[in-house]
Amino acid sequence: MHEWSLAEAVVAKAAEVARARGIPQVRSVVIGLGELQAVDRDAFTFGLEQFQAREPVLADARMELRVDPAMLACRPCGHHWALGESLATLSEDDREAIHLLPELAHGSIVCPACGSPDFAIEGGRGVGLIAVDG
Amino acid sequence: MDRPLDPRPAVVERRLAGIRRIIAVTGGKGGIGKSSVAVGLALALGGRGARVGLLDLDLWGPSDHVILGVPRPGVREDGGLVPDTVAGVAFLSIATFDRDRAALLRGEDITNAILELLAVTLWGELDVLVIDMPPGFGDTLLDSARYLPRAEHLVVTTPSELTLVTTRKTLDVLGRLGLPVAGVVLNLAPDGAAPLPASIAAPARYLGAIERDPAYEASLGDLERLRATRFFAGVQGVAGRLVAGG
Repeated sequence: MHEWSLAEAVVAKAAEVARARGIPQVRSVVIGLGELQAVDRDAFTFGLEQFQAREPVLADARMELRVDPAMLACRPCGHHWALGESLATLSEDDREAIHLLPELAHGSIVCPACGSPDFAIEGGRGVGLIAVDG
Repeated sequence: MDRPLDPRPAVVERRLAGIRRIIAVTGGKGGIGKSSVAVGLALALGGRGARVGLLDLDLWGPSDHVILGVPRPGVREDGGLVPDTVAGVAFLSIATFDRDRAALLRGEDITNAILELLAVTLWGELDVLVIDMPPGFGDTLLDSARYLPRAEHLVVTTPSELTLVTTRKTLDVLGRLGLPVAGVVLNLAPDGAAPLPASIAAPARYLGAIERDPAYEASLGDLERLRATRFFAGVQGVAGRLVAGG
């Protein structure tokens, strides 16, 4: 599964932040999992474990995962909505495409208020690093 | 942290580390044959024994898959996205995912999509990655400056002043961004020996002319036919000069 490549990115970024801040040993890392990309939690966690083992500065770090809700905002009409309102309109193929490339949401999701595909993804797009603490 | 940090840039260089050379086929103007040259170049380099990848970064109007005759390019998930090989070339396009449905993308969306593809695609060891760039001087060019600083830009132009006016701007922009220029190719030329138009300033390296070939259109999707065209012969000449001077 391609979640491993995202897990690798998170571990690399966390290590980079730790080095930049002079943190000798990271105690906790908080990671946001964007609702839109719907990353497989188990695959991602397994990936984190594999890559964490290769970064000494993260050896003892607790990895906390938080769901980052997907919020969408229509540019033409200003309507804001949560992804949940649009999920029922998505086919399995739509979801798979969005899982691999979240921007493809613009090919299948439209504003529930005015029908426009011109919306901003204001939150919960993909994987993000929320905190790195020593 | 005020806002979550994006982890993807941290692995882009790692993903490209096994690639010896990156050639970004660009040109500013649409419809001048960038995709044709990019695909032809990938095939020509592969024919010379190089391990080649092809990335179609024209997210609005991908067409490399049409030239290659692959309606829906394949990819497998194995720790990341591993592009399928088409005619010996590892190939990735948004057409792999979009099911022929246009996704209306604004600036930030384009950057996000490009960054995602760069962060999760496992190219492995390649001699050359050819990138088919979209027209224009917008997000994709700026993103390539940021995330692909070692990509050498191969600028495609045509004899028409309608193209040359943008080609001059393209070379100017690449210079201002400090991006490497592999050279200039004259596509849709009157013949294969046509010189570089005088209005294109030196010291842009001239990689040669590709003769306009009426047989090219009929070869789309048929690689055996494509390889028999004068167009492809012209691209092979470009490939040879690119390798010789690289």
